Amino acid sequence: MYRWGMVIDLDKCTGCQACVIACRQENNVSFAGEKESKLGRAKFWMNLVSEVKGNYPDVEMRFIPIPCMHCDRPPCTIVCPVAATYKNPEGIVAQVYPRCIGVRMCISNCPYSVRYFNWYEPTWPEEYKKGFNPDVYQRRKGITEKCNFCIQRIRKAKEKAKREKRRIREGEVIPACVETCPSEAIYFGDLNDSKSQVSKLSKSRRAFRLLEEMGTEPKVYYLKEGEWNGG
Amino acid sequence: MGDSETIAQRHRQIFAPLTQMRWPFWATVIPLAILFSWSFFAFGWQYVWGLGVTGMGHPMSWAFYLVNFVFFIGISHAGTLISAILRITNAGWRTPITRAAEVVTVFALAAGPTNILFDLGRSIKFHWVAIHAQFRSPLLWDFTCIMTYFVTCVVFLYVLMIPDIALLRDHFPRRKWVYQLLSLEWRGTERQERILKKASTFLCIAVIPIAVSVHTVVSWVFGMQTQPMWHSTIFGPYFVAGAIYSGIAAIILVAAILRRVYHLEDYLHPIHFNNLGLLLLTMSLLWFYFTLAEYLTTFYGGGVDELAVFWSKMAGKYSPLFWLMVLFCFIIPFPILALKRTRTILGTSITSISVLIGMWLERYLIIIPTLSEPRLPYVRGAYMPSWVEWSMMAGLCAGFTLAIILFSKFFPVISIWETEKEEKKREIFQSESI
Repeated sequence: MYRWGMVIDLDKCTGCQACVIACRQENNVSFAGEKESKLGRAKFWMNLVSEVKGNYPDVEMRFIPIPCMHCDRPPCTIVCPVAATYKNPEGIVAQVYPRCIGVRMCISNCPYSVRYFNWYEPTWPEEYKKGFNPDVYQRRKGITEKCNFCIQRIRKAKEKAKREKRRIREGEVIPACVETCPSEAIYFGDLNDSKSQVSKLSKSRRAFRLLEEMGTEPKVYYLKEGEWNGG
Repeated sequence: MGDSETIAQRHRQIFAPLTQMRWPFWATVIPLAILFSWSFFAFGWQYVWGLGVTGMGHPMSWAFYLVNFVFFIGISHAGTLISAILRITNAGWRTPITRAAEVVTVFALAAGPTNILFDLGRSIKFHWVAIHAQFRSPLLWDFTCIMTYFVTCVVFLYVLMIPDIALLRDHFPRRKWVYQLLSLEWRGTERQERILKKASTFLCIAVIPIAVSVHTVVSWVFGMQTQPMWHSTIFGPYFVAGAIYSGIAAIILVAAILRRVYHLEDYLHPIHFNNLGLLLLTMSLLWFYFTLAEYLTTFYGGGVDELAVFWSKMAGKYSPLFWLMVLFCFIIPFPILALKRTRTILGTSITSISVLIGMWLERYLIIIPTLSEPRLPYVRGAYMPSWVEWSMMAGLCAGFTLAIILFSKFFPVISIWETEKEEKKREIFQSESI
């Protein structure tokens, strides 16, 4: 059994937001527009937050890409009254779009605030629609959506591996954000495979996870030199 | 039970609203009906365009509708509960207020969960909560408890109204077909009386744990979540106490209005408002105690995330609302209710309005500040309700009032048969003492 995980090296991240764009393109994430974004209607399956620490002249700016943490003990799945979200056997916290009725309790119970709601019928610029990814379900208004580690890519890779009667090889499947990252700051792979890069990096002395004290057991690890004193 | 004609004659003030429909009735009902219909338009608007027409966003994913949900469930709380407790303890003064209290419960209980329907992204799939039930979700516990409570309260109201319906059946030949059906062939025989007594005792005992469970579970919708200042063990009892507090206030207000409008001065005496005022006083102290306990513990324990929410309420952007809540929930009600001189009908009515506003603010302050300051410090939000949300709230209140008014036009708002019984008891007591 695979156990998918991600490692994000914050020392390498330049804050270029290529991961955000790639994710939007891959997963047909809709556009909210400037006005709606101010009301908190923008969707970022991969969200890059920046944080300014300290005052001039002692200033530090940090960038943190935040996808879904794919917790091993997800607080979001247990609260859904219709079981529209669940943790699949490979550890991915998945959303069943046709089942979702838009209660939004999963959103309020996610400590990482990485679940997004379709406040309106999704919209895109006209020319953008030619580039839709046909492998990704089209969400409608009134349902919740979230990062799923590009599950469509994992599915494809699994089918191929099954035909060739083997396991998925290291690096054979990577989400759009990992693929696009120019500074190669994001890693993806099987945490169950002790030889995989993610599994090695996750044990690095630089590794930490967000809100570790909550016991949600996220499968997204961050790497950072020195003390992490935020989040 | 005596001759129905003499009873009707003796209680003509209770019967009057059922027969008269003068201009004040229309002057109240028509604006309320317009407001109520307007909310249907607002809901249609929201249904077509999506929840984006509300003021909600990320991370403020729950707002006004949930506030009103908790508020109305709270209102629903005191009615049947108080009625049941007073019946079990045989408090004689309860008789003229129990019917009104039960009616408030039933309609508030219909109004509360309707908010969940408004709040859903896909309202049309609401029934999926029942057919695809996932029992680990606190919302499912909620759904189960509220439905049970609603059914019990409707049965409670109905069963204790059967003798009165039978009276109406004999008195209003033109509406006989409805009353005939509802009166279940009530003739006041000894056997029927015995069954009624058994049924009402059973319902009184059953409704108390159900009522407590309902608001506890409503609080768990928040308390079970990981958000700062929600995840707290005090939420269950705190919500129950708050619910009874706002519920009693609603009963006092409804009773005072009914007394004034329908001239029920012979039935509702200042002593009733005095007694209800004392109950309200107890609850106001309990409310203060719980609020102090919750906030002091949060402050002293000093978790970073909790304190962010705490300070936003105490001194931050929610502080005006917070201190208004303290004003309306405690500073205004407490002195008025504590002094016997001000614990009058007017005094308790003013207090009740104050408590209702204060408790609504409390629900608002439980939900909104927490969501605007989630644990991870990167997402922050602000919330301002849109015209749709205001319309839905106005429509809901209008519908609630309208339902009570219409009820009073078809059924007596004071239990006649129990009043009769009470009087008979008093007569026997007096003749014995002579």
